[in-house]
Amino acid sequence: MMSRLAPQPGEWLDRTRRGVFEFEGQRVEFLAGDTYSSALAASGRLTLARSFKYHRRRGLFSAANHDANVLLQIDGRPNQRGDVLLARAGARVAACNTSGGVERDRGAHIEKLARFLPVGFYYKTCLSRRWFPSFERVIRRVSGLGRIDPAARATQAPHRYLHCDVAVVGAGLSGMTAALAAQAAGAGRVVLVDESPRLGGAGTHGRAAEGEREARAAQLRERIATARIHVLEGHCAFGLYEDGRLGLAQAATPDGGLVLLRAARIVLATGAIEQPIVFRNNDLPGVLLASAAQRLLQRHAIACGSRIVVVTATPEGAEAALDLAAAGVQVVAVATLAGSQPLGGTQHAALTAAGLRVLDQHAPVQAIPDGAGVVAALELENGGRVTRLACDSVLLSAGWSPALQLSLQGGGTLRWSAALQQHLPDGLPSRVYVTGRAKGIHGLDAKLADAELTGAAAARGDAAPPVAEHREARSAAHAFPLFAHPKGKEFVDLDEDLTIADLRNAMQEGFDGPELLKRYSTVGMGPSQGKLSSLNALRLLAAERNLPLAEVAMTTARPPYQGVTLGALAGATPAPLRRSALDDVHAALGAQWLPAGAWRRPAYYARDSAPRERCIAAEVRAVRESAGLIDVSTLGKIHLLGPDAGRLLEASYTGRFLDQRVGTTRYALMTDEAGMIIDDGVVARSGPQSWYVTATTGASAAVHRELQRRVIELSLDCVLHNATGALAAVNLAGPRSRDILAALCRDDLGDQAFPYLGYRELELVCAAAQVMRVGFVGELAYEIHVPFDDAAALWTAIMAAGGRDGVRPFGVEAQRVLRLEKGHIIVGQDTDALTSPDEAGLARAVRLDKGGFTGARSIEALRRRGPRQQLIGFTLEAASPPFCECNLVLGPAGPAGRVTSVAWSPTLGRVIGLALVSPAVAALDELQVRADDGRRHRIRRAPTPFYDPRNERQRGGAAA
Amino acid sequence: MKLVPCPLHGPRPMEEFVYGGELRPAGDAAVADDAAWGRHVFDRQGIPATRREWWYHLPSGTWFVAVRNTASGEFLETTDAADHRS
Repeated sequence: MMSRLAPQPGEWLDRTRRGVFEFEGQRVEFLAGDTYSSALAASGRLTLARSFKYHRRRGLFSAANHDANVLLQIDGRPNQRGDVLLARAGARVAACNTSGGVERDRGAHIEKLARFLPVGFYYKTCLSRRWFPSFERVIRRVSGLGRIDPAARATQAPHRYLHCDVAVVGAGLSGMTAALAAQAAGAGRVVLVDESPRLGGAGTHGRAAEGEREARAAQLRERIATARIHVLEGHCAFGLYEDGRLGLAQAATPDGGLVLLRAARIVLATGAIEQPIVFRNNDLPGVLLASAAQRLLQRHAIACGSRIVVVTATPEGAEAALDLAAAGVQVVAVATLAGSQPLGGTQHAALTAAGLRVLDQHAPVQAIPDGAGVVAALELENGGRVTRLACDSVLLSAGWSPALQLSLQGGGTLRWSAALQQHLPDGLPSRVYVTGRAKGIHGLDAKLADAELTGAAAARGDAAPPVAEHREARSAAHAFPLFAHPKGKEFVDLDEDLTIADLRNAMQEGFDGPELLKRYSTVGMGPSQGKLSSLNALRLLAAERNLPLAEVAMTTARPPYQGVTLGALAGATPAPLRRSALDDVHAALGAQWLPAGAWRRPAYYARDSAPRERCIAAEVRAVRESAGLIDVSTLGKIHLLGPDAGRLLEASYTGRFLDQRVGTTRYALMTDEAGMIIDDGVVARSGPQSWYVTATTGASAAVHRELQRRVIELSLDCVLHNATGALAAVNLAGPRSRDILAALCRDDLGDQAFPYLGYRELELVCAAAQVMRVGFVGELAYEIHVPFDDAAALWTAIMAAGGRDGVRPFGVEAQRVLRLEKGHIIVGQDTDALTSPDEAGLARAVRLDKGGFTGARSIEALRRRGPRQQLIGFTLEAASPPFCECNLVLGPAGPAGRVTSVAWSPTLGRVIGLALVSPAVAALDELQVRADDGRRHRIRRAPTPFYDPRNERQRGGAAA
Repeated sequence: MKLVPCPLHGPRPMEEFVYGGELRPAGDAAVADDAAWGRHVFDRQGIPATRREWWYHLPSGTWFVAVRNTASGEFLETTDAADHRS
């Protein structure tokens, strides 16, 4: 029975502050400073979880989340780390992997099927196509940890960025010493990171044996507090990325913002992870690591049992017994593990002096559960004699595995030290240093001396003291702490319920390399990522293949070291919203917004609380009947200046520009090297050596970039100026547009003076403007470009001048309908990455006779092959589109393409659209479209433009 | 995340850069038959090696050429793109 003790020196608890949370419907009291695990332990609960596969009872094991037993569902959030999270009052907590609660889990019967669920079960069943679907349904239901709450609100916490000269990961005695030494050696900014909310690490374990440990830890803590060291407590370094960037997750608030720490040099003082002993029923609640007992005792003042047996191959195991005994807890016996080094004489004496029974060289046979399924006794064997010890807690200590995951993520390597029975760092990533137990140094004095030197070396960028095999009493570890039992259930991997037999079977099936064994058996693939299982799996592998462990490589380590939520990784990187110069004007007019690349644009303007469709139709009608005004500032706007500007255009676009007259515009189509459409726009020649080019909203940055690149590649004498942000632009379109614009200037706007496709620089009343007479929407229209700051005045002037004519602002939706009525394509909507100009009906824009341009050679080759698809127009008698863009077009022989645009045309009174279809059906009069609901609709092929097929209105001939 | 050495601005974070593909000779459109041209357009060498690549620094609008070890990601050298005109 676990229980709370009287206050312990240095405990994390604030006994004046209490709280209550709910665990599976029951109240659990806790003290400030408790984790969920420690609070549940203090309440006397031993079974805190059910295992992943067999639903076996599991309890606290490492108290540091080195195992994945205590993963909790907290307030709707799955897989929260109970060992690390501080308890919060009012939280609703449950175990993750049960049906019906941790005590009465209905999933427990599955263990009876264990012999039908051999290693690799999943792979084997999935080979059968016949059985897989039904197996999959069952597996999906019974497996998986935790439940996602679909109603959960997304949290967005921004990342924080920090920079430092030396980052020290791990704030145990070594880490604190290294941080202070780095600072003393001249490092300007030192950051010290630890996952725990308090500094000290395992520094205070073993205080009964070495009294000065606690004093040293306290002294270091004090020096850190007064030093100019940036301490990040409660932050877990989960990943080491390129160029010295550490990812730090907040341990207490998993959804809290990450800290991204860029360090010139990094000292890993990450310590070592205590390794378990594997024997029958080693997973029963009540069986835990000696270091877990120490954490519970030193941090949370909890006795892990009332009758404790310690099985140890290390001095730390014996120290745990001494610390517990000193705290007044009954330790039944301390057994040294068969095959381990004998305890040192002083330690033996200390145990005897404390009145503890010592059993030398005993091997565990099995742990025995009581009726409640928790540990009630331990059987040990020595020379054929079995001793049965009644107990309620068994502590295990077999040895240490360095926590070098961060180094390995960065490309570091390990070597096996047979003397220490521990991996040691071998190659380290650049700028990374290691000290302390992670470096294989266990003795207090040697550790502090190395940390001192390493911290200073990191500050100066010098070479670190070499890795040596410091063999000393405290580095003792067991060579093979696995004890097979004829009846099995010796768990090597607690996450995945893998026993010794499972791994042996996998190896006998041929999966006998470390990476193969891992993938096939899933050892080390659970949430704890092999922290407690990888080394023992390697030992089994080495034994099976009769190899020295040094020749068996550890599996690859990748970030993250601990689970990190996707929300935390995503952060809240604010996507900067670009607002046009007229953003406020649109908002005041009731704009309903539409994201457009980095910008937002008015989709339409809400008026008189009319529904969306009616607003859009009214905007369309205004443009067709009188005039409309749209903000097109998001277009890319690039000036090209210099003697080679024309050559640049000819090399980059499909058309001809060298013969373009000053004061005119031309349609411009850009293809990539494969001859596929990537952008279109308008090119205006503003002078003999100057052009002005527009690009589509989404592609403007890329177009500018590619034009720049071509200037370099072709050594052109041409300067580019990207005026996309500096200029605003509006399009004034409709039969009344000429009269409205005429009111703003003194220039002659007649068809002779300013013809269709003309370009003029006009002095408007409110601004100097570049004006193009272009016809995207198919009416008499002027695209007016002015400096950003003059845009609002221009808008106001146009609206005032056009008030009598009924000028109306229109948004992107109306523009889409208007251009569709004209059959004009939108690049990226009516084309995709595999659409050539010919296929989009733009062959006339391609001039293969002009000398090369990007894509020319490919277009030539494509023409020899003929088109693979063709853009066609269609109509449909309906009051609104009964299907969507991207719906499937069906020909007589089945799928034949897709709808790229479809809308109801208020002008024509029917539904119109464009579709990309295979040439085989492009000439048919009728096709079908399959809507989302599965229904099919007949469409009738129609020539484009649907509206004003002779383009008379935009030329001005039939206008007004 | 990675730092990229910009020849004009020194080391800057990766987000400020756009990768522009490997620097390679322009295909000879006049000579190549369709199949050879297709290989020029579509085939890329993915084997890790030291390669010369186009990189673009977004905030300053600068193209440059980087020599990069594509196995380790290490930038070995950066030079003015104008030195690499085809």
